[in-house]
Amino acid sequence: MKTTEQNIDEILIPILEKVSDPEIPVLSIMDMGVVRSAVIKNNIVKVEITPTYSGCPAMDVIGDDIKSALKQAGYESKVELILHPAWTTDWITPRGRKALEDYGIAAPLSAEADKDVLLNDKRIVKCTNCGSQNTRLVSQFGSTACKAQFQCDDCQEPFDYFKCLK
Amino acid sequence: MKQNLYNYILGIADNSLILGQRLGELTGHGPSLETDIACTNISLDLFGQVRSYFQYAAKIAGDDRTEDDIAMLRKEREYKSVLLVEQPNTNFAYTMARQFLFDVYHLAFLAELQKSTDLTLSAIANKCIKEVSYHERFSSDWIKRLGDGTEESKAKMQEAMDGLWTYTDELFHQTEADKAMVVEGIGVDVTKLKDAYYTRVSAVLEESTLETPESKWFQKGGKEGIHTEHLGYLLAELQYMQRAYPNMEW
Repeated sequence: MKTTEQNIDEILIPILEKVSDPEIPVLSIMDMGVVRSAVIKNNIVKVEITPTYSGCPAMDVIGDDIKSALKQAGYESKVELILHPAWTTDWITPRGRKALEDYGIAAPLSAEADKDVLLNDKRIVKCTNCGSQNTRLVSQFGSTACKAQFQCDDCQEPFDYFKCLK
Repeated sequence: MKQNLYNYILGIADNSLILGQRLGELTGHGPSLETDIACTNISLDLFGQVRSYFQYAAKIAGDDRTEDDIAMLRKEREYKSVLLVEQPNTNFAYTMARQFLFDVYHLAFLAELQKSTDLTLSAIANKCIKEVSYHERFSSDWIKRLGDGTEESKAKMQEAMDGLWTYTDELFHQTEADKAMVVEGIGVDVTKLKDAYYTRVSAVLEESTLETPESKWFQKGGKEGIHTEHLGYLLAELQYMQRAYPNMEW
């Protein structure tokens, strides 16, 4: 599934780009790939978003933030949560991945590499502080549902890794 | 309303709700920071899944009941969860054994539910299975670590497995709603998951140097609303705020 299957009115893109994930403020919801469609009809915007993880508490806030951003731009809106197709980390844009890295969260690897890291202790996740790949998994579960905890054995920096979801 | 479908959805969701509540009890009380966070993360995933199921159930009910009403305002006998998930956090070995015995089932169940002719259920299953595969990785990892660990950790894990084993067979019992939904192509025939389940569980136990328990007699009743005494206490905590302050919201 590619992000090109999104259906978003161009005029809305700059507005939606200003809405960010409350738990990862550097990442806009557009770069995260959670907005599946946003269409203006009779001056009402219908937005469809898809949850990253089922229990992600950020989704309710994101819904509210979208409404208020659109309201400021003069639109009434309806936000709907859709489950299918299910969100995958592949939908995070290159710009989103860079924002994550700059923020100190290692971006998700491919599904295959992710398995190697989480199950076989392979050292390939790059430390967000020094770039070394001499890093190890501390815990498969991190501060939020989407992240695992890592530590760099070269610079000793602990950091988060955004788990691959596919 | 479609009573069988409604009951069927509750049967799936209640397992996640009760297990999620059990894991949530460990918030701030886990044996280490990482396991505490992991257990509560899994709990959060399960509650998220429950919301999708209950929102759908509320839509099917078609009256003014909400997802919260379904979660919070039923009586003990109306919960359809299996006995396994309500068993207490006796110690960390029990918590992980319970998790593992449920995760292996849950993963196989969702793989089948993805094929449901009901598009909402298949979409939910498709979403949840990714999360549950992380849960199963985590719990099976701990079975191995504790089973093939020290003498003490091994003894505790074996005791937990032996203690919880008697609740595993119920996972493969069919309710009336199950049977009706299987006929319609909506539900999963859980009886067909049984052999692969015990094969997978035994393989992990063997790798963990643990004995696979044997039992000729198994507990049952949860799916029909006949629970062990533990559920009442769990619900008392789960429901307290809604009962004390009806309709309260955060």
